[in-house]
Amino acid sequence: MITLLLAPIALPALAALGYTVLGWQRRTAWLGTLAAAGSLASGIALATIVTGSRPRTVLGGLLRVDALSAYMVIVIGAIAVLAMAASPAYLAGEFAAGHTNARTARRYGTLTQAFIAAMNTAVLAASLGVLWAAIEATTILTAFLVGHRHTRGSVEAAWKYVVVCSVGIALAFLGIVLLNYAAVHTGLPAAHAMDWTSLTANAHALDHGVTRIAVALLVLGFGTKTGLAPMHAWLPDAHSQAPAPVSALMSGVLLSVAFYAILRVKVISDAALGGGFARTLLLIVALASLTVAAALLLAQRDYKRMLAYHSIEHMGLLALGAAAGSQLALAAVLLHVLGHGLAKAVLFLSAGHLHQALGSSHIHAVRGLAGRAPLLAGTLGVGLLALLGLPPFSLFASELGMFRAGFAAGLGWAVSLALLSMLVIFAAVASHAGDMLLGTRTDPPAERDPASAVALRLPATAAAALLAGLATCAVLGVTAWPLRALLHAAALVAAGT
Amino acid sequence: MNETTYVQLLDLACGVFLLAAVLVLWRRRLAAIVRLFAIQGAALAGLVAVLAVHQHDAELGAVAVGILLLRAIALPILLRRALQAAGETRETQPLVNVAASLLAAAVLALLAYAVTQPVVRLSPSPASHAVPVAVTVLLLGFFVLVTRHRALSQLAGFLLMDNGITAAAFLTTAGVPLVVELGVSFDVLLAVLVLQVLTTRMRAAFGSTDLDELRELHD
Repeated sequence: MITLLLAPIALPALAALGYTVLGWQRRTAWLGTLAAAGSLASGIALATIVTGSRPRTVLGGLLRVDALSAYMVIVIGAIAVLAMAASPAYLAGEFAAGHTNARTARRYGTLTQAFIAAMNTAVLAASLGVLWAAIEATTILTAFLVGHRHTRGSVEAAWKYVVVCSVGIALAFLGIVLLNYAAVHTGLPAAHAMDWTSLTANAHALDHGVTRIAVALLVLGFGTKTGLAPMHAWLPDAHSQAPAPVSALMSGVLLSVAFYAILRVKVISDAALGGGFARTLLLIVALASLTVAAALLLAQRDYKRMLAYHSIEHMGLLALGAAAGSQLALAAVLLHVLGHGLAKAVLFLSAGHLHQALGSSHIHAVRGLAGRAPLLAGTLGVGLLALLGLPPFSLFASELGMFRAGFAAGLGWAVSLALLSMLVIFAAVASHAGDMLLGTRTDPPAERDPASAVALRLPATAAAALLAGLATCAVLGVTAWPLRALLHAAALVAAGT
Repeated sequence: MNETTYVQLLDLACGVFLLAAVLVLWRRRLAAIVRLFAIQGAALAGLVAVLAVHQHDAELGAVAVGILLLRAIALPILLRRALQAAGETRETQPLVNVAASLLAAAVLALLAYAVTQPVVRLSPSPASHAVPVAVTVLLLGFFVLVTRHRALSQLAGFLLMDNGITAAAFLTTAGVPLVVELGVSFDVLLAVLVLQVLTTRMRAAFGSTDLDELRELHD
């Protein structure tokens, strides 16, 4: 059991060590994919063990796995496999363009693997303190990945990212301090006051006033890292400047890992204060995020920033689903986490390739992509359709589930407001996508660079990763049976029953 | 140490701690801000030391020494080195002038007292009565962060916030579990190192560390 539970953390950590020692070469390029696949496999094994059984704890109560943690390990593993499988082709392109050298490639390999290990630590942590430290570690590890290219834009993005996220996570720490204070006053021993199990068991005795401040700070703090408005300012910059596979990981899973922390806090808050307090907080940030995303997507001229704002929208939807709070809503939220992660990873990887080939992230530079590079246009177009919530992709099913649960919970007005924002977003993204894929090019044919047509062709390994991601997302939309039992068990944990 | 001395020493440490934060609002020269930050770190270490003596807790005493080394010596040295490399000594254009900043500080202190009422009520003791001071420092740090332009002033604002949070942690429960506290200190050190590297890169890219020049990315 202990080997299996440590594998999702140890395998990427070993791969990180491998990259530090050996550097990024032809022989080691697939090490990261291998480690990610290994952690995905151990996630699946953990899920089969804990579904319908009791949670397991190892290392003297430092790490713990229940259905929710196991599900998150699977999500992290699946998206890490996609991002890592596309990395060799991406770095080869960066080498060719002179944007990277052996030293920065070595650092890329080490930091991405350490980043995956930190996210797995966060979801397997048994206590709020360890979870906090792991999430803070992800900020520090990804800071240099965001600033990978050393350009003006990427350094600015990295600075903003570290400052805003460190402030957010510091507020979350104050929340932890206050929750610890309230917990110690219920008679819990200080060493275990932050464990999920003891906190939930003693939640009814927590002092209301202090817990209220603590929960508000925790939602605000972890919400910063989730990219929820009003603390979202870092997200479009960081996600648009990071290397494509890192953007895929950050947007696809890191946001959801921070959201996982909010789900855990919500269980404690619901037990201590009743469901109303966390619901109000989540509704405010959900509607604010959806509005911000809709307003800023309308006039967006940069396709990478467009994808980043789209992430803010989806995080808002997750918060809305969590506010509804029923078991159906939470199962839909968890399915949405996986669907959004897969589709967003595919899109960021496609956009990264596009950026490498064209040297510009302007929507106008891409016009007429369907005629120039059908495969890339296909992954980009289909990915956007999936993200906009069209069937057969799993996001359709999960959004429907969240809305139904929202109406059932008496949040019809909030769901209607959310649908209105989504309508605006749908129109904006569809028109940008139409422009990129089918629009007429304005530059005269004589000035066109024939090299860019060659560069637009997707390498086979990257194409395989993109198609696999889209296929998984579609299969999950048609039938969620491989995950049904796990989703059910994980939603029970997240609902606090 | 008898109860009166304990309360007096605790209040003295908290007073110096708060005063240093307020003076940061007043001073424009970055070198002076770094010096104030070192004084505040020493006051924080003194605060923890007083708590350690009062509770006869040797472990807490060791933590006080650690805080002194990190926050009164190591971090100020890092900041000063970044300052020398930058070669700029004044905050040129804060968004809010000194008088308005000090007024804002008074408002933030009132806010801190109002918000932390439940914390004091849960277990009234000399230590928990000082929690509003810690929260005031946190809010002042946040204020510095959003109203100053220079990268280094922003860094100082972040560190003020962090000092405030650490003080709140020790005043409420004499510290979260030691593992977490160590992790936090380590994280702060790392975050500062990361930001220092980024300031160096920023100077290479922009020629100055004035965040006003960061106008590349916006909507």
